[in-house]
Amino acid sequence: MGMTITEKILANHAGKTSVAPGDNVWVDVDVLMTHDVCGPGTIDIFKKQFGQNAKVWDPEKVVILPDHFIFTADPHANRNIEIIRAFAKEQKLPYYYDVGTENYKGVCHIALAQEGHNRPGEVLFGTDSHTCTSGAFGMFSTGIGNTDAAFILGTGKLWVKVPEAMRFEWTGTFPPYIMAKDILLHVIGDIGCDGATYRTMEWAGDAVYRFSMEERMTLCNMAIEAGGKNAVIEADDTTFDYLKGRTDKQGTVHHSDADAKYCFNKTYKADELEPVVAKPHSPDNRALARECKDVKLDRSYIGSCTGGKITDFIAAAEILNGEKVKIDTYIVPATVDVEQDLHKETIDGKTLAQIFEDAGARIGEPSCAACLGGPKDTFGRTHGTEVVISTTNRNFPGRMGSKEAAVYLASPYTAAASALTGFVTDPREFIPARV
Amino acid sequence: MKKKIQGRAFVLGKNIDTDQIIPAEHLVYSLSDPEESKNYGKFALSGVPGKDSGLPKGNIPFVEDGQYRSQFNIIIGGSNFGCGSSREHAPACMEIAGVQAVVAESYARIFYRNSIDGGFFIPLEAKQKLTEEIQTGDEITIDLQTYTLTNETQKKTYSLNSLGDVIDIIEAGNIFEYARKSGLIPS
Repeated sequence: MGMTITEKILANHAGKTSVAPGDNVWVDVDVLMTHDVCGPGTIDIFKKQFGQNAKVWDPEKVVILPDHFIFTADPHANRNIEIIRAFAKEQKLPYYYDVGTENYKGVCHIALAQEGHNRPGEVLFGTDSHTCTSGAFGMFSTGIGNTDAAFILGTGKLWVKVPEAMRFEWTGTFPPYIMAKDILLHVIGDIGCDGATYRTMEWAGDAVYRFSMEERMTLCNMAIEAGGKNAVIEADDTTFDYLKGRTDKQGTVHHSDADAKYCFNKTYKADELEPVVAKPHSPDNRALARECKDVKLDRSYIGSCTGGKITDFIAAAEILNGEKVKIDTYIVPATVDVEQDLHKETIDGKTLAQIFEDAGARIGEPSCAACLGGPKDTFGRTHGTEVVISTTNRNFPGRMGSKEAAVYLASPYTAAASALTGFVTDPREFIPARV
Repeated sequence: MKKKIQGRAFVLGKNIDTDQIIPAEHLVYSLSDPEESKNYGKFALSGVPGKDSGLPKGNIPFVEDGQYRSQFNIIIGGSNFGCGSSREHAPACMEIAGVQAVVAESYARIFYRNSIDGGFFIPLEAKQKLTEEIQTGDEITIDLQTYTLTNETQKKTYSLNSLGDVIDIIEAGNIFEYARKSGLIPS
């Protein structure tokens, strides 16, 4: 029986020649990532279980990226950063990206990629559910809790149940107004927000392989919104072009065998997809953007690991260029690199930052910001009954702060087009010729 | 491991995500400091919209104002319980509030795993829509030897799915004790 990419990586890291869905295996971990929200709890458990003077199994394999509650006056949040800072110093961790220094990066999933910690064929665990994003590099990556992370810190190993795999193949060519976010919202609408529970979401097809690494990361990022354990895209030249200059490690490319077993295998036609949104209060509450044109909005939010990469802002700027927003519009670059690129990338001779400022949007500092609500003083957080269109990943009640707020999830094109009208807007209204 | 869990039910719907279980703004408190961690009990399930909190009537707070322990120690949930974030603060806040068992139609993977590996409470799977059978406040007995749930208030008994191979970790207490027992890490 053939194996999928995911099965091959897990077998390889469990010291086995093959594994099958349902097997429980102990795997060797290549990278453990944690951040300011789950790091302190992980460190507490690690010390309690392995001793106050215990050392992590391999300092080179631990990556700590504070990113969640950074630009806040909340004393507990700031105390938590001091805890991870002290731990990084004590353990001499080379990959701690400290707040307030030039090492600060921003949102962990995007920073992992930018700093060369995502490598094909490796196993990466992170204390964040969107760790599945790294699967865009042809690796196994998934989110875990503090206890499992503490176990890895002490042992370098973790048990995993080998997931069944679902395959989503996209043939043809995506229309120019379609982004990875539309594809994802379409598929989650298809299978439901528990449709991939305990499973791998494997993306395939020529239309997917033509995507940049940023768009591939978006595709893998929201596997968790379908309940998925991991997402994966086979590594190829696009992957290795991205990795150049970011890491010296080669990685291992795995392919799914032709006779690999899938519990779900569907081919979609890329050409037929229209801009999609997820209505409140669930990522699987799918509708076409044009079907929601009467929904009046208070806010547009473009940011997060899902929708705060440079490609997301280029898309938004294509629409906002030379226009004025009608509602509060928040731009939150995921990382410092993305923020710097806002001042380098240009359209019609203007930088993206200039385009956003001229349009009347507000630009925040790189972090998770209002994607998950956060402390009361978080940039872009909802506090009342706001109706928001957002490029983020979840719209369950209260996700962006207020339980009374309503969030529509959409692509950067759709969020930007909606900012210009104040209603949920199909981006084709603004980009028929240009894009 | 306890063989029987008894107490009062708190009934919730489907897709109860981790932001409803513990809103992100509260994730700043220490989980290990005994006093500070009481905040997690105080805000457990505080993100559930009022109408969905304590079904079928709704508008029942899981934890009363000013308290950090709930009068309910058994949660009855729908499908995809605990979806969303990997935050272990979610099962932890429920344990701090006094939850001993959750009986849901199905679970999100990371929440289920965290509940077991961290030894917070026992996540059990119902075979039918118990959310339509049980009312918030009903007296419940869960028998972990026969995998049955009895609603003492309504005098009805239901069978539950067995815990399968995770029972070894639950019986050990958590993943560390399990690993010590199995010789994976030194005891």
